[in-house]
Amino acid sequence: MTQTVTQKIMALNGAEAIAEAMRQINPDVVASYPITPQTIIVERFSEFVADGLVDTEFVAAESEHSALSASIGAAAAGGRSMTATSSQGFALMWEMLYIAAGMRLPIVMAVANRALSGPINIHCDHSDSMGGRDSGWIQLYSENVQEAYDNTIQAIKIGEHQNVRLPVMVCMDGFTTSHAVERIDVLDDNAVKKFVGEYHIDHPLLDVDQAVTYGPLALPEYYFEIKMQQIEAMTNAKPVIEQVSKAYGSISGRSYGLVEPYNMEKAELAIVILGSTAGTAKSLLDDLNDPRLGLLKIRTFRPFPTEEIAANLRKCKAVAVLDRAASFGSIGGPVFSEVRAALYDEPKRPQIVNYIYGLGGRDTTTDMLKTVYDDLDTVAKTGKPDPVQRFLGLRDD
Amino acid sequence: MTVERKKWRDLPIGGVIITGGNAQVYLTGNWRTKKPVIDMKRCTNCMICWVYCPEGVILVKDGKITGIDLEHCKGCGICAVECPTKVIEMVKESKDE
Repeated sequence: MTQTVTQKIMALNGAEAIAEAMRQINPDVVASYPITPQTIIVERFSEFVADGLVDTEFVAAESEHSALSASIGAAAAGGRSMTATSSQGFALMWEMLYIAAGMRLPIVMAVANRALSGPINIHCDHSDSMGGRDSGWIQLYSENVQEAYDNTIQAIKIGEHQNVRLPVMVCMDGFTTSHAVERIDVLDDNAVKKFVGEYHIDHPLLDVDQAVTYGPLALPEYYFEIKMQQIEAMTNAKPVIEQVSKAYGSISGRSYGLVEPYNMEKAELAIVILGSTAGTAKSLLDDLNDPRLGLLKIRTFRPFPTEEIAANLRKCKAVAVLDRAASFGSIGGPVFSEVRAALYDEPKRPQIVNYIYGLGGRDTTTDMLKTVYDDLDTVAKTGKPDPVQRFLGLRDD
Repeated sequence: MTVERKKWRDLPIGGVIITGGNAQVYLTGNWRTKKPVIDMKRCTNCMICWVYCPEGVILVKDGKITGIDLEHCKGCGICAVECPTKVIEMVKESKDE
């Protein structure tokens, strides 16, 4: 590793760590509305604003729909804008999610993942951001507080890259990560400032000398072409995410790719997972110390790292994909469907099963993950994945 | 009316329109099913149609109506309704025109 900058050790929870990253990024506009478990992010950030530690225009919006609308307006006007949300707030942003992406505005939004109503529940699952997976936003999932902090800073560089110009969600597990205090390394303010650089947009709405129109009508003759540009931008994002990760690694010593293989070199049985439960799986693997068992953590769900996933799993005998969101009526959860599709072109495919887990904040322990590896052993031996969809931690008969 | 349209790589991203005054190059004439036809002999050049036309397609030169910009006329028929002398008729267009 090349020379890294001086870092400060801090004890922060995930929400505070994201707020700290936002303070260092010093965006032009933050528009938000509080919602558990995201609230601490904007609450802490509003203190930075009140204390004069940032130059940000803070907009306390009347709803998440307005919060994202204001972020969109600010980004189009020529400012760097950030926001944060969870669950119902995410759902209320729905139509604006597509508009932010369609207008190619690189807004960065922290998502403290929380289950969607009903029944009402404030705890973690991924049903909020997984529902928004086709909205055109890049999605980074954080395993722990350090990653939530690191991903927030990198998200600015990724989204604003000239070949990308897309909004980015930085997801972390609600409560599990957002409210858990961890020891993290925090970069120097100037290093972050230098890393993110100045916000630049080619055609800012506030450039009175060159009037432009944002959000015009695009009928059948144009809409398709504009969507194709978005498809291309997502493809472009893959190498950019890796470049940014490398550059970030050179100042921080921490580098993350699209996926993170853990104990995968000789693994025959693998679990695929995103978010904090990947940390639980690592802990289990460290205890078991068995080269036959591995973990593939997905950091970037959008763009989906198809080749990287296939490359890591192709030699396995059996794979379990864990989904913290149900896709009602589908063959499996959203992560499962795409991981399974990623393996379709492999000449020798592993057996693959899906586990729905942790809905509404249901705890997922190392013992439970151990049962998944045990199940995979059976699947590998029998060569039968039935049933394809399973439920981990559910009270069942 | 055939229009040469840019390919996806050549368009500004995000559907942003980066120049002003370009409604002119967006031809809306093909939205029309009926076109207005003015009986020029009976037209009094009162300019009521020019005032009411939402698209500004009534062509005028030296205080006299000279015709209709059919590349942009959407065929709404407001001119025909408002014309006080009833000299504008909405005529169904045929394919061979």
